[in-house]
Amino acid sequence: MSLIQETDYGTPAARSDRMVRLTIDGVQVTVPEGTSVMRAAKELGTTIPKLCATDSVAAYGSCRLCLVEIEGRAGTPASCTTPVSEGMSVSTQTPKLAKLRKGVMELYISDHPLDCLTCAANGDCELQDMAGAVGLREVRFGYDGANHLVATKDESNPYFTYDPSKCIVCSRCVRACEEVQGTFALTIAGRGFGSRVSPGQSEAFMTSECVSCGACVQACPTATLTETRVIEIGQPEHSAVTTCAYCGVGCTFKAEMRGEDLVRMVPWKDGKANRGHSCVKGRFAWGYATHRERVTEPMIRASVSDPWRVVSWDEAITHAASEFKRIQARYGRDSVGGITSSRCTNEETYLVQKLVRTGFGNHNVDTCARVCHSPTGYGLKTTFGTSAGTQDFDSVEQTDVMVVIGANPTDAHPVFASRMKKRLRAGARLIVIDPRRIDLVRSAHIEADHHLALRPGTNVAVLTALAHVIVTEGLADEAYVRERCDLQAYAHWAEFVSLPQNSPEATEAVTGVPAADLRAAARLYATGGNGAIFYGLGVTEHSQGSTTVMAIANLAMVTGNVGRPGVGVNPLRGQNNVQGACDMGSFPHEFSGYRHVSDDGARDLFEQAWGVSLGSEPGLRIPNMLDEAVAGHFKGIYIQGEDILQSDPNTRHVAAGLAAMECVVVQDLFLNETANYAHVFLPGSTFLEKDGTFTNAERRIQRVRRVMRPRNGYADWEVTQRLSNALGYPMAYSHPSEIMDEIARLTPSFAGVSFQRLDELGSIQWPCNAAAPDGTPVMHIDHFVRGQGQFIITEYVPTEEKVGPRYPLLLTTGRILSQYNVGAQTRRTENSRWHEEDVLEIHPHDAEERGVRDGEWVRLKSRSGETALRAQITDRVAPGVVYTTFHHPLTQANVITTDYSDWATNCPEYKVTAVQVARGNGPADWQVEYSAQARRSRRIEAAE
Amino acid sequence: MSSDEVHATSVVPMANQIAAFFVSQGNHDAAVAGTADHIKAFWAPVMRRDLLALIDAGQADGLSDIARDAILQLR
Repeated sequence: MSLIQETDYGTPAARSDRMVRLTIDGVQVTVPEGTSVMRAAKELGTTIPKLCATDSVAAYGSCRLCLVEIEGRAGTPASCTTPVSEGMSVSTQTPKLAKLRKGVMELYISDHPLDCLTCAANGDCELQDMAGAVGLREVRFGYDGANHLVATKDESNPYFTYDPSKCIVCSRCVRACEEVQGTFALTIAGRGFGSRVSPGQSEAFMTSECVSCGACVQACPTATLTETRVIEIGQPEHSAVTTCAYCGVGCTFKAEMRGEDLVRMVPWKDGKANRGHSCVKGRFAWGYATHRERVTEPMIRASVSDPWRVVSWDEAITHAASEFKRIQARYGRDSVGGITSSRCTNEETYLVQKLVRTGFGNHNVDTCARVCHSPTGYGLKTTFGTSAGTQDFDSVEQTDVMVVIGANPTDAHPVFASRMKKRLRAGARLIVIDPRRIDLVRSAHIEADHHLALRPGTNVAVLTALAHVIVTEGLADEAYVRERCDLQAYAHWAEFVSLPQNSPEATEAVTGVPAADLRAAARLYATGGNGAIFYGLGVTEHSQGSTTVMAIANLAMVTGNVGRPGVGVNPLRGQNNVQGACDMGSFPHEFSGYRHVSDDGARDLFEQAWGVSLGSEPGLRIPNMLDEAVAGHFKGIYIQGEDILQSDPNTRHVAAGLAAMECVVVQDLFLNETANYAHVFLPGSTFLEKDGTFTNAERRIQRVRRVMRPRNGYADWEVTQRLSNALGYPMAYSHPSEIMDEIARLTPSFAGVSFQRLDELGSIQWPCNAAAPDGTPVMHIDHFVRGQGQFIITEYVPTEEKVGPRYPLLLTTGRILSQYNVGAQTRRTENSRWHEEDVLEIHPHDAEERGVRDGEWVRLKSRSGETALRAQITDRVAPGVVYTTFHHPLTQANVITTDYSDWATNCPEYKVTAVQVARGNGPADWQVEYSAQARRSRRIEAAE
Repeated sequence: MSSDEVHATSVVPMANQIAAFFVSQGNHDAAVAGTADHIKAFWAPVMRRDLLALIDAGQADGLSDIARDAILQLR
């Protein structure tokens, strides 16, 4: 295996259909109109020397190294900023050009450290390469003049170092921060010789607005911005393309290795989800893979009050299987179940649900999508006919109006947020519907046209009011509806939304959204061109989560915004493989490909393939399993890669459910919070240690490639296979590709998917079958999957969770950029420097009423429980609303959240909890007790 | 918490929530049918049995008429 070298064409590709023919060094080439001479030359295989140009940012023309001569034109224009023209004749190498370039390089090198042998970029330095390319043999100006050689390094960022002495002021980093990331954290401070790259107002990187996405590091042609790991280890020697294991964007990276040491993750330019960009998590936060707290040996214990005992894999697997068999013999076949993980691969997820359905013999399998996007599955299947988003990410480039509802893309889906921001800077309009003023509402060069700051829990009322305006003001796309949708259902729906009680004026008192703003937003979405809706867990995690998803689908259909690029309904999935986990049959009511277990044909197919008899009734969902456990009927569970004690609502109820079980098997990288209640711990493997696939939010299936041996000895699919064999259901896969082959045989939407096809195409968006052999970027193009689009009446039903004198504030929860979900991975990286603890955002008015000061401890109490954390006073939240993240187990935000859930799917209502806030003086008693219990539970018996 | 208490605090409100959605979709019969279909499609049999047992024991306090009719249809 060698190091993958990607071609840098110098300037971005042009997107014209008109072609231009020219001659470069006597060779004819035809390229799209708008292409630079530099890029046209590279297409031919001719590399024009360059320093300030790179194909991720627009041409800049500052380094003067890429000069060319063009027949009939005076001077020596920069090839990066000169577009091709018909009949142009270009020379890239002449004595005049050679002399000019050498002179430029002499100037650069006269102010550059000559420490190449000890420089971190040695072997990967464009300045070094260019010195060679222009034949630099001497520097006539000497090295004693004014220079920057003693400039101080900025080592404040844990992941990269800024060494100004190596800077050539090409501005690639500044332009990458602006054009690719869209943060505008960097600038060139000073003038002339004093020019230097500056984060913010001459701040350190760490304290500036820099979000550590790594775009500047990637763009830097010298050792000015270098990964700390490269400085420590040296240059990588081989690499493999793999897929990030964090959010649902699904960025692809080159994992660049030295032996089995991961040197760095570099975003892959050909990655169709990220197009060469990254965020601080995917780019840098993978140190958890080798963290000292990682558990790599299996352990068992008789009781959760006992210390763990390290055992062999054979003993652990045999013990777990015998416990499950004992429980089923005593309490019945349905007394056990399993949970698949959205963090694991499709193949692993498929295998866990297969184990439950074959080895356990029931349908008691569920996945963490239950607590995030299960309403998306229900809502979009009901209205459109398929449980997935409608678009690819590239589609955003053709969007004219974006509606962002209950999502915070810059924190939770940062790489896609950068693509959104790029389109917004180019003129697209923006409507944000969110109780909180997320960054997208107003950030560098971006301002939302409308921010509808609704009260938590009123999504359905707002969306139905938007529909009211569209229908009653005659803004519906009736031709589209007539051609594509069920007209009878549409008529009923139109009559419903037109009722006076659904008008913005009538709903304003409930939603808190001024009627005039709502009307203006509705008009913009309906008439502004291509309208695309992006939503997140602020939509789904409500008691009316599924209704909200259907209200979104209604809006898209009534405005004709489904079935072409630039439009659509786009659920932003929380975890890397939420879509895949759902696709793979992880839900207790359906097989892979969303076929209900009562479907005789589907059941027969799986019975034939698996050689078992399968039930026709659904199994238990996660909350139902816990209820049944507390009731004494559910006694054993196999949990792969999921920490339900921290992530699921009403922690005390989850703890009670787990404590009531006789065999809890946790398979994870770390002794997570759920493992405090486990009897068997099976060590898991990281995404770096196994082969497989993830499916991102745009239905894109991408390869995960093993770059190092599993520290625990086995990939997760191998562990599941061993457990299944011990249970008595034989599995004999020798590679995950064989599992995918089985998935493809049994799942119509995956029929054309295989590891070989994925290697050929890079990625595939399902459905992929005979009708769409290369996959399906945009769905519902000619007709909806279900035939006609189905409008659904979306009556607003207020949540049962209500504020009152005891609990007068509404708590809503979310994520922050540097941390990820329960923090099991990111808390074990340097990312914690940005977010060491969860804090409570509270409006200045609410803080003042309670005597709360910024940074002080506060008690946060709901009907479910109480915790304590520090306050952050900010007007980002509205009066009456407080907000926190759920990344830290000490805080345990889910001690506060309730059992209320979505009516259709049981997805918990994380986003609305009535609370009271009061001044505190440190952690609550519960937190102190929990920490002590967690410490006791994690004891490991000393080896004899 | 006893088994019955657990179920009274979960299956009854869950059934009511489902019924509340389907009430808005049509007349009484359609709402009952929609609620019944949904419960059959998504609830494990044990949950249906638990709700029926609560009704039989006269402990399904607060269960809406639509939800009651729907679950009885599934008996």
